[in-house]
Amino acid sequence: MFQRPASRSVSGQRINHAPSRIVARSFPWLTIMLASLVPGWFLIASAPVMPPLGFLLYLGWRQLRPGLLPIWAGLPLGLFDDLFSGQPFGCAVLLWSITAIVLEIVELRLPWRNFVTEWLMAMGLIVAYIVLCLALANIAGASSPLRVIVPQVVISVLSYPLVGRVVAMFDRIRLAPIVVLR
Amino acid sequence: MAPPANRRSSYSRRAQYTTFLSYTAGVLGAAVGLALVVISLVNPGFFSALRGLADDATEPAAQAAAGSRDLGRDAWADISGFFHSGSEHARIQRELAEAKVRLVEARATMAENKRLKSLMGLSEEAGGAVAYARLTASTSASTRRYAVLGAGRDRGVAPGMPIRSQMGLVGRVLEVGSSSARVLLVTDSESVVPVRRATDGVAAFAQGNGDGTLRIRLINLGINPLRKGDVLVTSGSGGLYRPGTPMAIVTDLIRDGAIARVLSNPSDTDYVMVEKSWAPPPPPPPASDAAVKKR
Repeated sequence: MFQRPASRSVSGQRINHAPSRIVARSFPWLTIMLASLVPGWFLIASAPVMPPLGFLLYLGWRQLRPGLLPIWAGLPLGLFDDLFSGQPFGCAVLLWSITAIVLEIVELRLPWRNFVTEWLMAMGLIVAYIVLCLALANIAGASSPLRVIVPQVVISVLSYPLVGRVVAMFDRIRLAPIVVLR
Repeated sequence: MAPPANRRSSYSRRAQYTTFLSYTAGVLGAAVGLALVVISLVNPGFFSALRGLADDATEPAAQAAAGSRDLGRDAWADISGFFHSGSEHARIQRELAEAKVRLVEARATMAENKRLKSLMGLSEEAGGAVAYARLTASTSASTRRYAVLGAGRDRGVAPGMPIRSQMGLVGRVLEVGSSSARVLLVTDSESVVPVRRATDGVAAFAQGNGDGTLRIRLINLGINPLRKGDVLVTSGSGGLYRPGTPMAIVTDLIRDGAIARVLSNPSDTDYVMVEKSWAPPPPPPPASDAAVKKR
């Protein structure tokens, strides 16, 4: 699913240039925050139809570059997502943090990776995330039946490989050599 | 690559502490999340100020996006309109002729209504629009149906005000920020609107299903009088929603009510109107029974 550059120098080699440290560090955070914020602007939806793009990107970055986002990244990123998601506040903080821990533990146990295992892993996490979001919203006062989220689950699971490609593209932008070395 | 038998990250104390601390921080994050969830379950309005600030901060960008959204939709309408402009033109001319006759009839009815109301001594308060604004964003990935309105306290919007488009009721204001407001759409499963059938006033409640449809629950159970195609309007009971605002059209019948479609699809509306929240005239004071008994 992901294209892993073998080393940094392979991606976009330029003599006398190096990737910017600030961009390389902040780009994942920025893209995840934008993915939490921007999709809400383009549709006044009357049913949950958009995949939770913030969460998908968060998963994508975690799977492409384990260790780039610290385990506690779910706290600030989830807080930002909660401001705009409409879920009970704290929902994303809780679920994103648990996701990071689960992913970390599974990767310790299962170091082999390929397209199918990564997609299966993401599939499980995405389905669990959407169902738990529904459960939390229902505890907080809503009463939506389970069938409401079925289209969203299908769209999210199927669009995940595409999100993976986009994250890989972001990764190449992140490591683009733009700083001139002296 | 097989997993290492020894799961220690390394023999370096420093590396071990770093791993341990990062896991601790992760668990701490989850604990903070759980605490936040519990707080927001106990007191749902606790974080409204924070959400309001965030919506205010992103409001200009969201307004721009809403503008481009309208543009895109208009472009599509232009292209599709080009292909059936001829037949549309003929149909519209026919309808216009009919509508002109109806308009004259409606004027007569309106005049009669006014005369009858003045006979009965009823005074009609003007249905005031507080503001016109765009819906700038919505929670499209959540099962809750909130939208963000591009007007807030600066333009006189207050919690509880109903929101409508030219087609019908859209929702009501829930939380207000300084330049934006959070709207609970009528399709949210926590929104309950008292409605009646437009033709004869069969009373019911319209509750959101969460998937874009409404569930109509009749107040008087018994034989279900609803039919497909019935139009429901707000009844105004309980205050808040002004009576007579068009709301939904029945699409499917179920045993104790119906499933209805909302008339004003919020994604098709350009601008929405914020109305004053409607308060029904206070009931006449009861004959001073209590006062009599005291004596």
